[in-house]
Amino acid sequence: MLKNLIQKSRIKSPWLLHYDCSSCNGCDIEVLACLTPVYDIERFGIINVGNPKHADILLVTGTVNQRNKKVLVNLFDQMPHPKAVIAIGSCALSGGIFREAYNVVGGVDKVIPVDVYVPGCPAKPEAIIDGVVLGLEKLKTASLPARL
Amino acid sequence: MILTTVYVLTGFVIGPLLGGLISGLDRILTARLQSRIGPPILQPFYDAAKLLGKEKTVVNVWQAFCAFGYLAATSMAVVLFFLRSDLLLILFIQAVGAVFLVVGALASTSPFSQVGAHRELLQILSYEPLLVLVVVGIYLETGSFKIGSVLTHPEPLLLKLPFLFVVLGYALTIKLRKSPFDLSTSHHAHQELVKGLLTDYSGPYLALTEIGHWYEIMLLLGLCALFWATHWVGMTILIVVTYFMEVLIDNVSARMNWRWMLGYVWAMGLTLSLVNLIWLYTA
Repeated sequence: MLKNLIQKSRIKSPWLLHYDCSSCNGCDIEVLACLTPVYDIERFGIINVGNPKHADILLVTGTVNQRNKKVLVNLFDQMPHPKAVIAIGSCALSGGIFREAYNVVGGVDKVIPVDVYVPGCPAKPEAIIDGVVLGLEKLKTASLPARL
Repeated sequence: MILTTVYVLTGFVIGPLLGGLISGLDRILTARLQSRIGPPILQPFYDAAKLLGKEKTVVNVWQAFCAFGYLAATSMAVVLFFLRSDLLLILFIQAVGAVFLVVGALASTSPFSQVGAHRELLQILSYEPLLVLVVVGIYLETGSFKIGSVLTHPEPLLLKLPFLFVVLGYALTIKLRKSPFDLSTSHHAHQELVKGLLTDYSGPYLALTEIGHWYEIMLLLGLCALFWATHWVGMTILIVVTYFMEVLIDNVSARMNWRWMLGYVWAMGLTLSLVNLIWLYTA
C-alpha cells in the first residue's frame, strides 16, 4: 500500500527544474506559458522549483555548448533519484540551426541521458505538457529506496 | 489517563492531517485569487509522500538531525497544546523547533541556505517578543498561563484583547511564510533566493520540514482559536476569517526586506501590545 501511495504521489507531484542552455528564449517563454492561468499546470501538482535538490524533472532548452555543459551535468547530478530529463525544442534535441557552430556540443543527450524529446521551434506548450506526462511514466516505474 | 492518551494521539495524528488540508486549501485559494484552478486539496500529502520516497541525500549529518529535531519540537508543541498545557512552555518549545531549522540550514555552505538562515533568525527576532506579549496579555486577562483556564474564561478574549489579536496576526503572517514577510523561504516560486532556508533540505528531509510546518500551522491557528474559546461557531468564524486574510495579504503584497520587516513589525507590534496591556491594566 505504501508503495502504491508513493507511486501515485510521484505522478501527482512532479516538480520541475528548468535550465536554459543558451536558448534563444523562445522555448523558455513556452515553458513559462505552461504556468500561466491558460494552461495552469499546478492543477496537476506541477511546480517550477528552480532548485535541483527539490526537482523530479529537468527541462532543458537550447543548445549545449562547451561552457554550459558542466553546469548541466552538475544540475543533473544534484537531483535526487528518481529523476527524468526532458529536452525541449530543436536546439536541445540536436543543436538545431547552431549544430555546426564551433562551440556547440550538440543535443542534450551528448552530455546527460534524455528520457523524452519534445520537438518544435519553439515547442508548443501543449507539446511540453505531453512530454512531461511521458516523463512521468519513468518516475512511476522507477525503483523505491531500499529502506523508507 | 485515557483522556490524556486521547489528547496526545489527537494532537499527534489530527494535527498534521488538518494542517496538510489547510495548506492544500491555501494553495487552491491562492490559485483562485490568481484566476487559476489550482491543485487538488490533497496536494500537500502527495508532495510529502513523493518526497519521502525519494533518494536520501544530505549535506551532512547535522542537517538530517536538525530536520528530525524540528519535527519533534513542533509536534511536541502541538501535543502540549492539546493537553491544555502552559502557553509559555509551548512557545519556548516552538522556538526550539524554529532554531533547529536555522541550524540545519547553517550546516550547509551554500550561500542560499546561509542567507536564508540569517533572514530566518531575523524573522524569529521579529515575532518572538510579540508572541510572548500576546501570552502576557492572555495572562493579565485570565490570571493564568494555562490553556485550561483560557477555555473556562466566561467571555471571548477577543473583546478584551483586540489589539493583541492583530499583533498575533503579524506573528502568524511571518510564521506561515506569507508575503510581505516571506524573506527566508516561501511556498511560491520566488527565485531571488531559490528556496532560501530550505534550499539544501532534500527528499525525505524536506518532507519532514513540510510535516513540521503543518504542525506549526495547527499550533498558530490554535492560538488564534483561544481568542474566541467560548463557542465553537465564533471560534470557527474567527479562524476562517483570519486565515482568509492571511492568504489575501500574501497575494496582494510583495516580499519586503528585513530592515522594513523588523522596523515595521516591532513598531506596530510593540505599540499595539503596549496600548492593549495598559488598557487591560487600567480597566
